[in-house]
Amino acid sequence: MAWQWFHRLGSPRWFYQKTSVWMPWLALASVLLIGVGSVWGLGFAPEDAKQGNSYRIIYIHVPAAFLALAGYYIMAISGAIGLIWKMKLSFVVMRAAAPIGAVLTFIALFTGAVWGKPTWGTYWVWDARITSMLILLFLYIGVIALARAFSREQVADKACALLALVGTVNIPIIYKSVDWWFTLHQPATIKLTEKSSIDPSMFYPLLIMIIGFYCFYAWTLIAHTREKILQREWRTNWVQQLMQGESITTESKEG
Amino acid sequence: MSSPETTAQSFAPAARTVPGFAPLFRSELLLALRRRADIANPLLFFVTVLALLPIGVGPEPELLARLAPGMIWVVALLATLLSQESLFRADFEDGSLEQLALTPQPLYFAVLAKVSVHWLVTGLPLALLSPLLGMMLNLPDDGYLSLFLSLLLGTASLSLIGAVGAALTVALRRAGLLLALIVMPLYVPVLIFGTGAVQAAVDGYAYGPQLAILAALLAAGTALAPLAAAGAIRISLDN
Repeated sequence: MAWQWFHRLGSPRWFYQKTSVWMPWLALASVLLIGVGSVWGLGFAPEDAKQGNSYRIIYIHVPAAFLALAGYYIMAISGAIGLIWKMKLSFVVMRAAAPIGAVLTFIALFTGAVWGKPTWGTYWVWDARITSMLILLFLYIGVIALARAFSREQVADKACALLALVGTVNIPIIYKSVDWWFTLHQPATIKLTEKSSIDPSMFYPLLIMIIGFYCFYAWTLIAHTREKILQREWRTNWVQQLMQGESITTESKEG
Repeated sequence: MSSPETTAQSFAPAARTVPGFAPLFRSELLLALRRRADIANPLLFFVTVLALLPIGVGPEPELLARLAPGMIWVVALLATLLSQESLFRADFEDGSLEQLALTPQPLYFAVLAKVSVHWLVTGLPLALLSPLLGMMLNLPDDGYLSLFLSLLLGTASLSLIGAVGAALTVALRRAGLLLALIVMPLYVPVLIFGTGAVQAAVDGYAYGPQLAILAALLAAGTALAPLAAAGAIRISLDN
Protein backbone atom coordinates (compact mmCIF):
# COMPACT_ATOMS: atom_id res chain seq x y z
CA MET A 1 0.00 0.00 0.00
CA ALA A 2 1.62 3.16 -1.23
CA TRP A 3 -0.71 5.34 0.84
CA GLN A 4 -0.25 3.52 4.08
CA TRP A 5 2.22 6.06 5.43
CA PHE A 6 -0.33 8.79 4.80
CA HIS A 7 -3.03 7.06 6.75
CA ARG A 8 -0.59 6.20 9.49
CA LEU A 9 0.39 9.85 9.68
CA GLY A 10 -3.15 10.60 10.76
CA SER A 11 -2.86 8.37 13.78
CA PRO A 12 -1.84 10.29 16.90
CA ARG A 13 -0.36 7.15 18.41
CA TRP A 14 1.86 6.43 15.41
CA PHE A 15 2.92 10.07 15.29
CA TYR A 16 3.79 10.09 18.97
CA GLN A 17 5.89 6.96 18.73
CA LYS A 18 7.68 8.01 15.53
CA THR A 19 8.54 11.47 16.78
CA SER A 20 10.04 10.10 19.99
CA VAL A 21 12.97 9.09 17.81
CA TRP A 22 13.16 12.41 15.95
CA MET A 23 12.97 14.71 18.96
CA PRO A 24 16.56 14.39 20.26
CA TRP A 25 17.98 14.80 16.75
CA LEU A 26 15.90 17.88 16.07
CA ALA A 27 16.87 19.33 19.42
CA LEU A 28 20.56 18.62 18.75
CA ALA A 29 20.39 20.12 15.26
CA SER A 30 18.65 23.29 16.41
CA VAL A 31 20.99 23.81 19.38
CA LEU A 32 24.07 23.25 17.18
CA LEU A 33 22.90 25.42 14.29
CA ILE A 34 21.60 28.28 16.41
CA GLY A 35 24.73 28.08 18.60
CA VAL A 36 27.13 28.17 15.66
CA GLY A 37 25.06 30.77 13.80
CA SER A 38 24.73 33.15 16.72
CA VAL A 39 28.40 32.94 17.77
CA TRP A 40 29.50 33.43 14.15
CA GLY A 41 26.96 36.15 13.46
CA LEU A 42 27.30 38.06 16.72
CA GLY A 43 31.01 37.56 17.29
CA PHE A 44 32.85 37.03 14.02
CA ALA A 45 30.83 38.46 11.14
CA PRO A 46 32.19 41.84 10.04
CA GLU A 47 30.67 45.14 11.14
CA ASP A 48 28.21 46.77 8.77
CA ALA A 49 29.55 49.84 6.96
CA LYS A 50 26.51 52.01 7.73
CA GLN A 51 24.89 50.46 10.77
CA GLY A 52 27.90 49.32 12.75
CA ASN A 53 27.14 46.58 15.22
CA SER A 54 23.42 47.27 15.47
CA TYR A 55 22.76 45.32 12.29
CA ARG A 56 23.61 42.09 14.14
CA ILE A 57 20.03 41.83 15.38
CA ILE A 58 19.29 40.64 11.83
CA TYR A 59 20.44 37.19 12.94
CA ILE A 60 17.38 36.89 15.15
CA HIS A 61 15.00 39.25 13.41
CA VAL A 62 15.03 37.76 9.92
CA PRO A 63 14.73 34.06 10.87
CA ALA A 64 11.91 34.90 13.28
CA ALA A 65 10.09 36.92 10.61
CA PHE A 66 10.55 34.09 8.07
CA LEU A 67 9.06 31.53 10.39
CA ALA A 68 6.28 33.82 11.54
CA LEU A 69 5.03 33.88 7.94
CA ALA A 70 5.81 30.24 7.16
CA GLY A 71 4.14 29.26 10.43
CA TYR A 72 0.88 30.81 9.29
CA TYR A 73 0.90 28.65 6.19
CA ILE A 74 1.71 25.58 8.25
CA MET A 75 -1.23 26.38 10.52
CA ALA A 76 -3.61 27.08 7.63
CA ILE A 77 -2.55 24.06 5.54
CA SER A 78 -2.83 21.63 8.43
CA GLY A 79 -6.21 23.14 9.22
CA ALA A 80 -7.28 22.59 5.62
CA ILE A 81 -6.06 18.98 5.70
CA GLY A 82 -8.08 18.49 8.87
CA LEU A 83 -11.22 19.94 7.31
CA ILE A 84 -10.88 17.97 4.08
CA TRP A 85 -9.70 14.57 5.29
CA LYS A 86 -11.11 14.86 8.84
CA MET A 87 -7.72 14.07 10.32
CA LYS A 88 -7.53 14.45 14.07
CA LEU A 89 -3.77 14.87 14.13
CA SER A 90 -3.77 17.65 11.59
CA PHE A 91 -6.05 19.76 13.79
CA VAL A 92 -3.72 19.15 16.71
CA VAL A 93 -0.77 20.43 14.64
CA MET A 94 -2.82 23.47 13.64
CA ARG A 95 -3.70 24.30 17.24
CA ALA A 96 -0.09 23.82 18.31
CA ALA A 97 1.18 26.07 15.52
CA ALA A 98 -0.93 29.09 16.53
CA PRO A 99 0.81 30.15 19.77
CA ILE A 100 4.28 29.39 18.35
CA GLY A 101 3.55 31.56 15.34
CA ALA A 102 2.20 34.34 17.53
CA VAL A 103 5.35 34.31 19.68
CA LEU A 104 7.62 34.35 16.62
CA THR A 105 5.67 37.25 15.13
CA PHE A 106 6.03 39.09 18.40
CA ILE A 107 9.78 38.40 18.43
CA ALA A 108 10.08 39.69 14.87
CA LEU A 109 8.15 42.86 15.79
CA PHE A 110 10.08 43.39 19.01
CA THR A 111 13.54 42.90 17.50
CA GLY A 112 12.45 45.08 14.61
CA ALA A 113 11.53 47.86 17.03
CA VAL A 114 14.82 47.49 18.91
CA TRP A 115 16.67 47.56 15.60
CA GLY A 116 14.64 50.53 14.41
CA LYS A 117 15.75 52.81 17.23
CA PRO A 118 19.47 53.04 16.28
CA THR A 119 18.89 52.90 12.52
CA TRP A 120 15.75 54.96 11.92
CA GLY A 121 15.73 56.85 15.19
CA THR A 122 12.32 55.52 16.20
CA TYR A 123 10.87 52.36 17.65
CA TRP A 124 7.78 52.32 15.51
CA VAL A 125 6.88 53.48 12.02
CA TRP A 126 3.59 52.77 10.28
CA ASP A 127 5.49 51.22 7.46
CA ALA A 128 3.72 48.66 5.32
CA ARG A 129 5.92 45.75 6.34
CA ILE A 130 5.75 46.50 10.05
CA THR A 131 2.01 47.07 9.93
CA SER A 132 1.48 43.86 8.00
CA MET A 133 3.43 41.94 10.63
CA LEU A 134 1.21 43.49 13.31
CA ILE A 135 -1.85 42.32 11.37
CA LEU A 136 -0.30 38.87 11.17
CA LEU A 137 -0.01 38.90 14.95
CA PHE A 138 -3.70 39.80 15.19
CA LEU A 139 -4.57 36.96 12.81
CA TYR A 140 -2.74 34.52 15.08
CA ILE A 141 -4.37 35.99 18.20
CA GLY A 142 -7.77 35.72 16.51
CA VAL A 143 -7.27 32.01 15.94
CA ILE A 144 -6.09 31.47 19.52
CA ALA A 145 -8.98 33.49 20.96
CA LEU A 146 -11.54 31.64 18.84
CA ALA A 147 -10.13 28.29 19.97
CA ARG A 148 -10.51 29.33 23.62
CA ALA A 149 -14.09 30.51 23.11
CA PHE A 150 -15.54 27.12 22.18
CA SER A 151 -16.25 24.57 24.84
CA ARG A 152 -16.14 21.55 22.55
CA GLU A 153 -12.73 20.70 21.16
CA GLN A 154 -13.95 19.32 17.83
CA VAL A 155 -15.99 22.42 17.07
CA ALA A 156 -13.09 24.66 18.05
CA ASP A 157 -10.81 22.69 15.68
CA LYS A 158 -13.09 23.18 12.71
CA ALA A 159 -13.83 26.83 13.46
CA CYS A 160 -10.14 27.65 13.84
CA ALA A 161 -9.26 25.82 10.64
CA LEU A 162 -11.87 27.84 8.77
CA LEU A 163 -10.64 31.12 10.23
CA ALA A 164 -7.02 30.24 9.46
CA LEU A 165 -8.00 29.47 5.86
CA VAL A 166 -9.93 32.70 5.47
CA GLY A 167 -6.95 34.57 6.88
CA THR A 168 -4.67 33.05 4.25
CA VAL A 169 -6.42 35.16 1.64
CA ASN A 170 -5.17 38.17 3.55
CA ILE A 171 -1.50 37.24 3.65
CA PRO A 172 -0.48 37.85 0.03
CA ILE A 173 -2.50 41.07 0.04
CA ILE A 174 -0.81 42.27 3.22
CA TYR A 175 2.56 41.17 1.90
CA LYS A 176 2.02 43.02 -1.37
CA SER A 177 0.85 46.13 0.47
CA VAL A 178 4.52 47.11 0.58
CA ASP A 179 4.11 48.01 -3.07
CA TRP A 180 0.61 49.46 -2.83
CA TRP A 181 0.45 51.38 0.39
CA PHE A 182 2.60 54.24 1.68
CA THR A 183 5.19 53.48 -0.95
CA LEU A 184 7.04 56.67 -0.17
CA HIS A 185 7.69 55.59 3.39
CA GLN A 186 9.12 52.21 2.58
CA PRO A 187 12.65 51.82 3.89
CA ALA A 188 14.84 49.81 1.57
CA THR A 189 16.89 48.02 4.18
CA ILE A 190 14.22 46.37 6.27
CA LYS A 191 14.76 42.90 4.87
CA LEU A 192 17.67 41.38 3.05
CA THR A 193 15.94 38.52 1.32
CA GLU A 194 17.98 38.87 -1.83
CA LYS A 195 21.20 37.00 -1.55
CA SER A 196 23.12 39.36 -3.78
CA SER A 197 22.56 42.42 -1.58
CA ILE A 198 24.38 41.02 1.43
CA ASP A 199 28.03 40.06 1.71
CA PRO A 200 28.73 36.30 1.99
CA SER A 201 30.61 36.81 5.27
CA MET A 202 27.37 38.12 6.76
CA PHE A 203 25.06 35.88 4.79
CA TYR A 204 26.43 32.46 5.81
CA PRO A 205 25.79 32.90 9.54
CA LEU A 206 22.34 34.24 8.66
CA LEU A 207 21.65 31.18 6.54
CA ILE A 208 22.75 28.93 9.37
CA MET A 209 20.49 30.83 11.77
CA ILE A 210 17.54 30.47 9.39
CA ILE A 211 18.06 26.72 9.06
CA GLY A 212 18.56 26.52 12.82
CA PHE A 213 15.30 28.37 13.40
CA TYR A 214 13.51 25.99 11.04
CA CYS A 215 14.82 23.02 13.05
CA PHE A 216 13.86 24.76 16.28
CA TYR A 217 10.40 25.47 14.89
CA ALA A 218 9.92 21.84 13.91
CA TRP A 219 11.12 20.75 17.33
CA THR A 220 8.80 23.11 19.21
CA LEU A 221 5.84 22.32 16.97
CA ILE A 222 6.28 18.58 17.41
CA ALA A 223 6.78 18.97 21.17
CA HIS A 224 3.57 20.99 21.46
CA THR A 225 1.72 18.54 19.24
CA ARG A 226 2.89 15.61 21.37
CA GLU A 227 1.75 17.35 24.52
CA LYS A 228 -1.65 18.08 23.04
CA ILE A 229 -1.96 14.50 21.80
CA LEU A 230 -1.43 13.23 25.34
CA GLN A 231 -3.99 15.71 26.68
CA ARG A 232 -6.60 14.72 24.14
CA GLU A 233 -6.01 10.98 24.11
CA TRP A 234 -5.46 10.43 27.80
CA ARG A 235 -8.41 8.08 28.01
CA THR A 236 -6.96 5.67 25.43
CA ASN A 237 -5.09 2.54 26.33
CA TRP A 238 -1.81 3.45 24.75
CA VAL A 239 -1.48 6.72 26.63
CA GLN A 240 -2.36 5.00 29.91
CA GLN A 241 0.27 2.34 29.24
CA LEU A 242 2.81 4.95 28.24
CA MET A 243 2.22 6.90 31.42
CA GLN A 244 2.53 3.82 33.59
CA GLY A 245 5.71 2.79 31.80
CA GLU A 246 7.34 6.19 31.89
CA SER A 247 6.71 7.59 35.33
CA ILE A 248 4.22 7.10 38.11
CA THR A 249 3.96 10.77 39.08
CA THR A 250 2.59 11.81 35.68
CA GLU A 251 0.24 8.85 35.72
CA SER A 252 -1.29 9.78 39.06
CA LYS A 253 -1.89 13.31 37.78
CA GLU A 254 -3.65 12.01 34.67
CA GLY A 255 -5.73 9.48 36.55
CA MET B 1 -40.53 39.10 18.72
CA SER B 2 -42.99 37.10 16.67
CA SER B 3 -41.54 38.14 13.34
CA PRO B 4 -38.61 35.67 13.06
CA GLU B 5 -40.90 32.76 13.79
CA THR B 6 -43.44 33.78 11.20
CA THR B 7 -40.73 34.13 8.59
CA ALA B 8 -39.40 30.71 9.39
CA GLN B 9 -42.85 29.23 9.01
CA SER B 10 -43.80 31.07 5.89
CA PHE B 11 -40.42 30.48 4.35
CA ALA B 12 -39.82 26.83 5.06
CA PRO B 13 -42.49 25.37 2.71
CA ALA B 14 -41.60 27.78 -0.06
CA ALA B 15 -37.96 26.83 0.14
CA ARG B 16 -38.58 23.40 -1.30
CA THR B 17 -40.14 24.66 -4.46
CA VAL B 18 -38.34 27.88 -5.38
CA PRO B 19 -34.67 28.82 -5.49
CA GLY B 20 -33.56 29.99 -2.06
CA PHE B 21 -32.30 33.45 -2.76
CA ALA B 22 -35.31 35.53 -3.84
CA PRO B 23 -37.93 34.67 -1.18
CA LEU B 24 -35.41 34.82 1.62
CA PHE B 25 -34.09 38.13 0.35
CA ARG B 26 -37.60 39.53 0.27
CA SER B 27 -38.52 38.36 3.75
CA GLU B 28 -35.20 39.49 5.23
CA LEU B 29 -35.60 42.90 3.68
CA LEU B 30 -39.12 43.17 4.99
CA LEU B 31 -37.94 42.21 8.46
CA ALA B 32 -35.09 44.71 8.33
CA LEU B 33 -37.36 47.51 7.16
CA ARG B 34 -39.76 46.85 10.01
CA ARG B 35 -36.99 47.14 12.59
CA ARG B 36 -36.25 50.78 11.92
CA ALA B 37 -34.03 51.24 14.97
CA ASP B 38 -31.60 48.62 13.66
CA ILE B 39 -31.16 50.64 10.50
CA ALA B 40 -30.85 53.96 12.26
CA ASN B 41 -28.34 52.87 14.91
CA PRO B 42 -25.29 52.31 12.69
CA LEU B 43 -25.96 55.62 10.95
CA LEU B 44 -26.31 57.46 14.24
CA PHE B 45 -23.11 55.83 15.44
CA PHE B 46 -21.38 56.91 12.24
CA VAL B 47 -22.48 60.53 12.60
CA THR B 48 -21.85 60.71 16.35
CA VAL B 49 -18.30 59.38 16.21
CA LEU B 50 -17.43 61.71 13.35
CA ALA B 51 -18.90 64.61 15.33
CA LEU B 52 -16.52 63.71 18.17
CA LEU B 53 -13.52 64.03 15.86
CA PRO B 54 -13.42 67.86 15.65
CA ILE B 55 -13.94 67.98 19.41
CA GLY B 56 -11.04 65.57 19.92
CA VAL B 57 -8.42 66.93 17.53
CA GLY B 58 -9.53 70.53 17.16
CA PRO B 59 -11.73 72.30 14.63
CA GLU B 60 -9.00 73.59 12.25
CA PRO B 61 -10.37 73.05 8.70
CA GLU B 62 -7.00 72.00 7.21
CA LEU B 63 -6.44 69.37 9.88
CA LEU B 64 -9.97 67.97 9.47
CA ALA B 65 -9.58 67.88 5.68
CA ARG B 66 -6.39 65.88 6.16
CA LEU B 67 -8.07 63.39 8.52
CA ALA B 68 -11.45 63.15 6.80
CA PRO B 69 -10.90 60.27 4.31
CA GLY B 70 -9.31 57.95 6.84
CA MET B 71 -11.69 58.82 9.67
CA ILE B 72 -14.82 58.40 7.57
CA TRP B 73 -13.54 55.04 6.37
CA VAL B 74 -12.54 53.78 9.81
CA VAL B 75 -15.86 54.83 11.34
CA ALA B 76 -17.77 53.21 8.46
CA LEU B 77 -15.79 50.03 9.19
CA LEU B 78 -16.69 50.17 12.89
CA ALA B 79 -20.36 50.86 12.15
CA THR B 80 -20.48 47.84 9.82
CA LEU B 81 -18.73 45.69 12.39
CA LEU B 82 -21.09 46.67 15.21
CA SER B 83 -24.17 45.91 13.16
CA GLN B 84 -22.77 42.57 12.05
CA GLU B 85 -22.98 40.69 15.32
CA SER B 86 -26.74 40.34 15.03
CA LEU B 87 -26.61 39.10 11.44
CA PHE B 88 -27.33 35.45 12.29
CA ARG B 89 -28.01 35.78 16.02
CA ALA B 90 -31.83 35.90 16.08
CA ASP B 91 -32.11 33.13 13.49
CA PHE B 92 -29.69 30.99 15.44
CA GLU B 93 -31.52 31.46 18.71
CA ASP B 94 -35.00 30.64 17.42
CA GLY B 95 -33.78 27.73 15.31
CA SER B 96 -34.55 29.10 11.87
CA LEU B 97 -30.85 29.00 11.00
CA GLU B 98 -30.94 25.26 11.53
CA GLN B 99 -34.03 25.06 9.32
CA LEU B 100 -32.18 27.01 6.64
CA ALA B 101 -29.23 24.65 6.85
CA LEU B 102 -31.61 21.73 6.34
CA THR B 103 -33.28 23.06 3.20
CA PRO B 104 -32.24 21.46 -0.08
CA GLN B 105 -30.94 24.77 -1.44
CA PRO B 106 -27.29 25.54 -0.87
CA LEU B 107 -26.76 27.56 2.29
CA TYR B 108 -24.62 29.82 0.12
CA PHE B 109 -27.67 31.60 -1.28
CA ALA B 110 -29.28 32.04 2.11
CA VAL B 111 -26.10 33.67 3.42
CA LEU B 112 -25.83 35.81 0.32
CA ALA B 113 -29.43 36.97 0.79
CA LYS B 114 -28.81 37.91 4.41
CA VAL B 115 -25.58 39.72 3.59
CA SER B 116 -27.19 41.60 0.71
CA VAL B 117 -29.94 42.84 2.99
CA HIS B 118 -27.39 43.76 5.65
CA TRP B 119 -25.51 45.84 3.11
CA LEU B 120 -28.68 47.46 1.80
CA VAL B 121 -29.67 48.66 5.26
CA THR B 122 -26.21 49.61 6.62
CA GLY B 123 -23.56 49.98 3.91
CA LEU B 124 -25.67 51.74 1.32
CA PRO B 125 -27.02 54.40 3.74
CA LEU B 126 -23.47 54.95 5.04
CA ALA B 127 -22.24 55.55 1.50
CA LEU B 128 -25.18 57.85 0.75
CA LEU B 129 -24.54 59.83 3.92
CA SER B 130 -20.78 60.11 3.37
CA PRO B 131 -20.76 63.23 1.13
CA LEU B 132 -22.60 65.15 3.85
CA LEU B 133 -20.04 64.11 6.46
CA GLY B 134 -17.25 64.83 4.00
CA MET B 135 -18.61 68.34 3.70
CA MET B 136 -18.80 68.75 7.48
CA LEU B 137 -15.20 67.57 7.81
CA ASN B 138 -14.07 69.93 5.07
CA LEU B 139 -13.09 67.18 2.66
CA PRO B 140 -11.71 68.74 -0.57
CA ASP B 141 -14.24 68.79 -3.42
CA ASP B 142 -12.30 66.26 -5.50
CA GLY B 143 -12.78 63.61 -2.83
CA TYR B 144 -16.59 63.34 -2.75
CA LEU B 145 -17.17 61.07 -5.70
CA SER B 146 -14.31 58.72 -4.83
CA LEU B 147 -15.44 58.61 -1.19
CA PHE B 148 -18.97 57.70 -2.20
CA LEU B 149 -17.90 55.11 -4.80
CA SER B 150 -15.23 53.52 -2.61
CA LEU B 151 -17.66 53.23 0.30
CA LEU B 152 -20.31 51.80 -2.00
CA LEU B 153 -17.98 49.02 -3.15
CA GLY B 154 -16.03 48.67 0.09
CA THR B 155 -18.88 48.36 2.59
CA ALA B 156 -20.30 45.48 0.54
CA SER B 157 -16.99 43.65 0.93
CA LEU B 158 -16.98 44.48 4.65
CA SER B 159 -20.47 42.98 5.03
CA LEU B 160 -19.36 39.81 3.23
CA ILE B 161 -16.15 39.38 5.25
CA GLY B 162 -17.91 40.17 8.51
CA ALA B 163 -20.53 37.51 7.76
CA VAL B 164 -17.81 34.85 8.07
CA GLY B 165 -16.87 36.14 11.51
CA ALA B 166 -20.51 36.47 12.56
CA ALA B 167 -21.17 32.89 11.46
CA LEU B 168 -18.12 31.59 13.34
CA THR B 169 -19.12 33.28 16.58
CA VAL B 170 -22.90 32.89 16.42
CA ALA B 171 -22.96 30.00 18.86
CA LEU B 172 -20.87 31.83 21.45
CA ARG B 173 -22.12 34.02 24.23
CA ARG B 174 -20.66 37.53 24.36
CA ALA B 175 -19.25 37.21 20.88
CA GLY B 176 -18.97 40.92 20.17
CA LEU B 177 -15.34 41.54 21.07
CA LEU B 178 -14.21 38.22 19.70
CA LEU B 179 -15.94 39.03 16.42
CA ALA B 180 -14.05 42.33 16.26
CA LEU B 181 -10.74 40.59 16.99
CA ILE B 182 -11.32 37.99 14.28
CA VAL B 183 -12.70 40.25 11.59
CA MET B 184 -10.61 43.42 11.92
CA PRO B 185 -7.41 41.98 10.38
CA LEU B 186 -9.47 40.71 7.46
CA TYR B 187 -10.85 44.20 6.87
CA VAL B 188 -7.39 45.65 6.31
CA PRO B 189 -7.12 45.23 2.51
CA VAL B 190 -10.49 46.92 1.97
CA LEU B 191 -9.45 49.76 4.23
CA ILE B 192 -6.12 50.17 2.40
CA PHE B 193 -7.71 50.50 -1.02
CA GLY B 194 -10.74 52.45 0.20
CA THR B 195 -8.69 55.18 1.86
CA GLY B 196 -6.18 54.92 -0.99
CA ALA B 197 -8.88 55.81 -3.53
CA VAL B 198 -10.05 58.86 -1.56
CA GLN B 199 -6.50 60.03 -0.87
CA ALA B 200 -5.55 59.68 -4.53
CA ALA B 201 -8.60 61.70 -5.58
CA VAL B 202 -7.85 64.43 -3.04
CA ASP B 203 -4.23 64.61 -4.20
CA GLY B 204 -5.41 64.94 -7.79
CA TYR B 205 -4.44 61.53 -9.09
CA ALA B 206 -6.54 58.93 -10.88
CA TYR B 207 -8.38 56.70 -8.41
CA GLY B 208 -9.70 54.21 -10.96
CA PRO B 209 -7.13 51.51 -10.09
CA GLN B 210 -8.07 51.50 -6.40
CA LEU B 211 -11.77 51.28 -7.25
CA ALA B 212 -11.02 48.44 -9.66
CA ILE B 213 -9.21 46.54 -6.91
CA LEU B 214 -12.11 47.21 -4.51
CA ALA B 215 -14.46 45.82 -7.15
CA ALA B 216 -12.19 42.79 -7.57
CA LEU B 217 -12.20 42.25 -3.79
CA LEU B 218 -15.99 42.47 -3.86
CA ALA B 219 -16.21 39.95 -6.69
CA ALA B 220 -13.90 37.51 -4.92
CA GLY B 221 -15.74 38.13 -1.66
CA THR B 222 -19.13 37.45 -3.24
CA ALA B 223 -17.87 34.14 -4.56
CA LEU B 224 -15.96 32.95 -1.50
CA ALA B 225 -17.20 34.64 1.68
CA PRO B 226 -20.74 33.15 1.66
CA LEU B 227 -19.17 29.72 1.15
CA ALA B 228 -16.93 30.20 4.16
CA ALA B 229 -19.83 31.64 6.17
CA ALA B 230 -22.04 28.68 5.23
CA GLY B 231 -19.28 26.33 6.41
CA ALA B 232 -18.97 28.33 9.62
CA ILE B 233 -22.73 28.13 10.21
CA ARG B 234 -22.62 24.35 9.90
CA ILE B 235 -19.72 24.25 12.37
CA SER B 236 -21.57 26.55 14.78
CA LEU B 237 -24.71 24.44 14.61
CA ASP B 238 -22.58 21.49 15.80
CA ASN B 239 -21.65 23.22 19.02
